[in-house]
Amino acid sequence: MAAVTVKNLWKEYGDQVVLENLNLQIADREFVTLIGASGCGKTTFLRMLLGVEQPTRGQLLIDGQPVPPEPGPDRGIVFQRYSLFPHLSVLENLMLGLEFSGSRWLGKLFGARRRAALEKAESLLEAIGLHTARDKYPSQLSGGMQQRLSIAQSVIREPKILLLDEPFGALDPGITADMHEIILRLWQANRMTIFMITHDLKESFQLGTRLLVFDKRRHDPHAPERYGATVTYDIPLNRKKQAMPAPALTVELAR
Amino acid sequence: MPRLVNLHPSRGGALALGALPFLLLIAAYLFGSATRLAENPDDKLLPAPSAMVDTLKSYAIEEDRRSGEILWWLDTGASMKRLLIALGISALVGIVGGLAIGALPLVRSLLGPFVAALAMIPPLAILPILFIVLGLGEVAKIALIVFGVAPCIVRDVSLRAGELPKEQLIKAQTLGASSWLLATRVILPQLWPRLIDALRLTLGSAWLFLIAAEAIASTEGLGYRIFLVRRYLAMDVILPYVIWITLLAYTMDWLLRNTRARLFPWAEAH
Repeated sequence: MAAVTVKNLWKEYGDQVVLENLNLQIADREFVTLIGASGCGKTTFLRMLLGVEQPTRGQLLIDGQPVPPEPGPDRGIVFQRYSLFPHLSVLENLMLGLEFSGSRWLGKLFGARRRAALEKAESLLEAIGLHTARDKYPSQLSGGMQQRLSIAQSVIREPKILLLDEPFGALDPGITADMHEIILRLWQANRMTIFMITHDLKESFQLGTRLLVFDKRRHDPHAPERYGATVTYDIPLNRKKQAMPAPALTVELAR
Repeated sequence: MPRLVNLHPSRGGALALGALPFLLLIAAYLFGSATRLAENPDDKLLPAPSAMVDTLKSYAIEEDRRSGEILWWLDTGASMKRLLIALGISALVGIVGGLAIGALPLVRSLLGPFVAALAMIPPLAILPILFIVLGLGEVAKIALIVFGVAPCIVRDVSLRAGELPKEQLIKAQTLGASSWLLATRVILPQLWPRLIDALRLTLGSAWLFLIAAEAIASTEGLGYRIFLVRRYLAMDVILPYVIWITLLAYTMDWLLRNTRARLFPWAEAH
C-alpha cells in the first residue's frame, strides 16, 4: 500500500515560492506522470517525496504518515544520471540493496543467503536483458543499459513508491520504447506507486494512469519568484483511451 | 601540414623524444667533466664516471673500514625504513581522516578548518619542536614526514569524497544503507584510487622532509651521507647517491601507479 496525500503543501526558499497550495490524493499503484516547464517545482515535489527536502507548510503523507526526513528503502529513486556505483560490477550494483538489508555491519552476504540474493539479482538481470554484461563496470555500459540497471537496482528492494526523475531524458529515442516496456513490466510485477517526471508529452500519456501538469497560475513579471507553481491539469488516463487531449495540451504548454 | 597540436609521435618516436633530455644532460656532463679534468686532474667538482664507479664500489660492495658495515645499503635501509613507515602512517591518517571529513558533515565542520590550517604550517619550521619534544631519534624524523604529508593527503581524499555525486549517496540510502554502510561500501572503495594518487603526489615532499631531517640529526641514511661528504666536496659520492634516490623515488611512483591500475580497473579512464 502506498497512497499519497498532499494537503495545502507549500515550498518556499526565502522569498521565492516554488510550490503553492498543492492538494492531491494519489491512489495506491497509480502511475503518475509529472510534466511542466523547467523550474516549475516538479523535481522539488519529487525530492520532498524522497525526503531530501521538507515542505515549508502543509502536509505530505504516505499511507497517512508524514514522509520521513531522509531517504529510505520504501521509496526508490532513479535519477537521469550518476545513480550507479562506478566501483561495482553490474551484478554487484544490483546485489547492493540486498546486501545492505541482509548485513548491517559488513554489507556483504555469505553462504546460502548470498546464493539466494544472487539468484534474485540474476533473474532480474535476465528480465532487463543485461545478463551478458553482469561482470562489466557501469562506465563500460551504454546510456540505455545504465538506466535499465539503475531501474532494476531501485526495484530490487521492492519499494512501495518508485520515483523517476527524467529517467530517459538522456537516451536515444529508439531506446526509450524498450525502457517503457521494462518500466511497465516492473510496475505491474512489483505493485508500486510510481511518480515519473518527464519532458516527453507522448511518454507521459503512454505510461501514466494519471497525468499532473505543473505550472504557475499567476505570474508577476516584476517579481517572478513571487508566485509558485501548482498542479494546473490533473488528468486521469485510461490506458485504453490513450489518444485523448494531447493536441490541446501541447498548445497550452508551448506558451 | 597538420597543426602542431595534432602532431603525435609514433611509439618509437615518443621513446626517443623522452630519452633525449637524459642523453643531453649526460653528454653535457661528460663534456664538462672531461674539459675540467683536462685542465686540472685533481678537480673534484665534476668527477669522471670511472671515479664515480670506483666510489660506488667502495660504498656498495666493500665494508666500511671503521664500522664494518656496507654504507650504501646501510643508508638505503635506514632511509627507506623511515620513509615507508612515515608514508604508511600518513596513508592511514589520510584515508581515515579523509573519509570521516568527506562523509560526515559534523566531522567536516569540526576538523575541516583545523586540517586546512595544519596543512599551511611549514613542516620544517616545526622541526626544532619535534627534535626538542621527541628527541633526536627515529620518531622525530618520521613525525616530520607525517606532519608534512598527512594533512595534504587528508585534504585531497576528503575533497574526493565531497566530489562524489549526491545522486549516488541518495540512491544508496534508498537501498537501505546506514551511515556506516554508506561509508564502508560506497564512499571508502571510491577513495582508494585517490589515496594512491595523493601518495604519488606527496612522494616528492616526503623525500624532501626525510633528507632534511637526516641532514640535521642522524648517524646513517641517504640524506645524512650526502650532507656528511659535502664537507670534502665528494661529488663522486653525492652524485651517485642523488641518482640512486631519484631511482628509488621513481620506482615507488611506478609501483603505486601499477598497483592502482591493477586493483582499481574501474577508476582508469576509458
